[in-house]
Amino acid sequence: MTPVIAAAQSIGTDFPLLSAIVLSPVIGALIIALLPRTNQSLVRSIGLLSSVITFVFTVLLYAAFEAKSGDFQFVSAHEWLGQFGIQWKLGVDGISLFLVMLTGLIFPIAFIGAGVRENAKSFTAWMLALQAGCLGSFLALDLFLFFVCFEFVLIPMYFLMIGFGFDRRRYAALKFFIYTFAGSAFLFVGILALVFIDAAKTGGGVTFDLIALQENQSWTSTQARWLFFAFAIAFAVKIPLVPLHTWIGDTYEQSPVAGVVISAAVMVKLGTYGLLRFGVSLFPEAAHDVAPVLLTLAVIGMIYGAIVAAVQRDLKRVAAYSSVSHLGFIVLGMFAFSKQGMSGAVLQMINHGITAAALFLIIGFLYARTQTSDVTQLSGVQKVAPVMAAFMTIVVMSSVGVPGLNGFVGEFLILLGTFATHRWWAVVGTAAVILAAVYLLWAYQQVFHGKPNEKTMKVLDLTAREKIAMTPLIILIVFLGVYPQPALDRIQPTVDKVLMTTPGFAESGLQSDEPAPVHRSGAFGSGHSVGGH
Amino acid sequence: MGEFLMFAATGGEATAGLKVEYSSIIPIMVLAGGGIALMLASSMIRERMTAATGAFLSIVLTLIAMGSTYYTWKDLDKTGAYSTFMGSIANDKFTLFFVVVLCAALILSLLVSIDWLEERGVRGIEYFVLMLMSTTGAILMAAANDLIVIFLGLEILSIALYVLCGFDRKSRVARESALKYFILGSFSSAIFLYGIALVYGATGTTNLTGIAQFLSTNTLLDNGLLLAGVVLLAVGFAFKVAAAPFHQWTPDVYQGAPTPVTGYMAAAAKAAAFAALLRVFAATFTSLQLDWKPLILGLAIATLLVGSIVACVQQNVKRMLAYSSISHAGYILLGLYATNVDGISSSLFYLLAYTFMVVGSFAIVSLVGGQDESRRGLDAFRGLAQRNPGIALVFSIFLLAQAGMPLTSGFLAKFYVISALVQGHSYEMAVFAMLIAAVAAFFYLRIVVAMYTPASSPAPSPLVMPFSTGLAVVFSLVLTIGLGVIPSSFTFDAVEFARSAAGELFISSSTRIAGQ
Repeated sequence: MTPVIAAAQSIGTDFPLLSAIVLSPVIGALIIALLPRTNQSLVRSIGLLSSVITFVFTVLLYAAFEAKSGDFQFVSAHEWLGQFGIQWKLGVDGISLFLVMLTGLIFPIAFIGAGVRENAKSFTAWMLALQAGCLGSFLALDLFLFFVCFEFVLIPMYFLMIGFGFDRRRYAALKFFIYTFAGSAFLFVGILALVFIDAAKTGGGVTFDLIALQENQSWTSTQARWLFFAFAIAFAVKIPLVPLHTWIGDTYEQSPVAGVVISAAVMVKLGTYGLLRFGVSLFPEAAHDVAPVLLTLAVIGMIYGAIVAAVQRDLKRVAAYSSVSHLGFIVLGMFAFSKQGMSGAVLQMINHGITAAALFLIIGFLYARTQTSDVTQLSGVQKVAPVMAAFMTIVVMSSVGVPGLNGFVGEFLILLGTFATHRWWAVVGTAAVILAAVYLLWAYQQVFHGKPNEKTMKVLDLTAREKIAMTPLIILIVFLGVYPQPALDRIQPTVDKVLMTTPGFAESGLQSDEPAPVHRSGAFGSGHSVGGH
Repeated sequence: MGEFLMFAATGGEATAGLKVEYSSIIPIMVLAGGGIALMLASSMIRERMTAATGAFLSIVLTLIAMGSTYYTWKDLDKTGAYSTFMGSIANDKFTLFFVVVLCAALILSLLVSIDWLEERGVRGIEYFVLMLMSTTGAILMAAANDLIVIFLGLEILSIALYVLCGFDRKSRVARESALKYFILGSFSSAIFLYGIALVYGATGTTNLTGIAQFLSTNTLLDNGLLLAGVVLLAVGFAFKVAAAPFHQWTPDVYQGAPTPVTGYMAAAAKAAAFAALLRVFAATFTSLQLDWKPLILGLAIATLLVGSIVACVQQNVKRMLAYSSISHAGYILLGLYATNVDGISSSLFYLLAYTFMVVGSFAIVSLVGGQDESRRGLDAFRGLAQRNPGIALVFSIFLLAQAGMPLTSGFLAKFYVISALVQGHSYEMAVFAMLIAAVAAFFYLRIVVAMYTPASSPAPSPLVMPFSTGLAVVFSLVLTIGLGVIPSSFTFDAVEFARSAAGELFISSSTRIAGQ
């Protein structure tokens, strides 16, 4: 490993690694745009190659990343629209590092596991554009650049949906687009208001630089609340947080498999990431003040998502609402304002990404074989496709939060952290863990247990290609469940840094490094094991 | 602002003199003179000129007019803004900005027109002479420093456009469009004239500099006459820029006119009317701001609402784009509402970006419309992505740009307008404008969805993009994306261009006031 790290570190200093990460998919997409439409396999190979190259860059980034530091690393800035102080400014810290890696990983997997046969050119080009947009959003340290990437993501996603989705894709795509676009209106005005307030206060020029704005803190607490509110709406739509979640069912049901994998694994994280990066860390006091509201919405989302998931017949919708529920967890942890809660939230973003990608991939495999994802029409898949069933078991267990798999670690930390600061929200939220077990296992039983019916009789087991796509996800599910330390080591310093800015935290929170009394962990542990049966 | 003061110092003397600077009206002379010369020349040649020849000659003339601005701009750096022809023509960067925008709109529309004319076998120079004349009028409006000259420009522009709208004599909708435009246009001209009369009655002059001076030195005890005049002028302008509730003619006229003319009208007529509107309101009636700002705000809100919401239920793409152009006018009005250099420059940048988006969009509508222009319903666009993926993608980009998506000029245009509003602490208007953008996204996406929906009936054969239309589309596309993406150099220049133009508008007005 040492030579790799050394190499990566030298790259980090001389080579604009972050720009390369964002721009490599763009270059891939441009190359594909120039290729002939007829040569589908060439287009697919170039797309895969491009996404693998991006992934290699993200691995190099991981290797070169300084684990102990909570600051932004690899910061690079170039002037873009100088008059308004807008820069192409990128940087990475413990919060964004793993989201970038996740984005790097999920795209090649989506290409392998959920590529399309027809019209591969536009599919691949839009996918790569989507990847660039996501990576740009995670790495941007300039609010304008972030907004551009955040908003741009809609375009490729929209075209992926209307080009490759299912029957009601046009309606779903429109709903998705308008919903998010309207949410972004608040973000846009919020960003501009923030920037001009800052410029008026400091007397200097206008700047969209996140780090400078964060240091200046030029807004009054009333202004901060309004700004936080504006930001929160945009991100709440993206996450989605109840009651702004109504787009998610249609979007997940009607998107192509690759689209929904990306959407569930990466794109919704733009919301949670944005809320943390631009909501909490820019306006720590305001965020702290309104935390009870967001915690309540998060808990409502967790329970509501779980209940709605339990009554769905379509597997995609089950998974969609389970996403609502799980993302509630992430928001819960974030606004618990405790060390464990926030680290858990960041970790859970990754865990959910991995698990959701795997879940939607398997649902996609199943749909490709049976042309349905209706739970009541499927049964006994385990008999005919044991490998698929085995993978699904692991994924479902991870999603339910069984100890030893990744989902447990994140949820446990979140509940632990929330219990320490906001006891009752944690207590109610725990119910979601149990409910997750109910709907996921019920759906699993319906589809995989029992006797194969005429729909599932001829289902073939996973192909080599599909296994290749699934394997890295399964390995990560287990690895992060058993040994999350490398991730936590890198997340923790940044989370500490964010928390240090929140009111009343410096004296109370950070000292209690090990506040977890045994009986609490036992209580939640048993909760999980109940779910496991 | 340093630049601002410097110009103010030199400009004061220049405005005072009664000199005649022919160099300041080179574009007008080239276009009008060239148009007349073409007319004469074609009457002496037996053969009817082909569309391509006519377009080529007109484009050469327009390029000369456009190129002249480069030198005038350099001269202005030395002399500063001044007015000439007894103070009736303003020679400032604001004028030059519009000369460039209007000439660009003309060139692109001429390129699109070639195919339209050739398809119909129309020969002769008349079409091009009318186009050149209308641009002459438009430039005159932008350059006018006198209400009467504005009216003169308005009429030259409009009369040429009335004829152009009905140019397709055989088409019933085109005749209807021309007649409707003529009647409502005359009506609005009359209102505008009445406004001029009232303002003249209140201030004793029609010269904009004179009016500004009068208002800055006199306090009217009873300014009812003046305000009535201001309102009537605003109504007249609202007709011309198609601001609600004076927009009713727009959908019918835009729908009926030949599509290349629609594109030209949407870009140039609107730009010219906004040029005069900005000069009159932002730079002349500066001291009446408190009175006219609510008026402009009301117009902007109504325009945004009507434009975006009514567009959502349209079935005809051309009509939908007509409403979309109405809604764009709302954003430009919001730039005026912000009433500062940033606001005006945001309006100018918006007009610049809008010109290319709208001409490009109508070029594609023209192409899809086909010979009899019957195929303009949403149905005609169904399956376009299968038949012509390239054209569908380009049209999608134009539509997304109009919706204000990032990495296009449309996004930056909205960005500047919204930031001017936010800077003026009009947060609720900023949020409102952005939410309206989301509503507008709905109908732009409807067209995109249609293009990406497989055609149900037997699919028409793929379209062939003719060379000249293709050239116009590529040019518009490059500028639409270029203005949105390319860092510093290009976009920055465009923004600086708009800013110095906007700055000069205030300079000339403040010079005028200071001069007294």
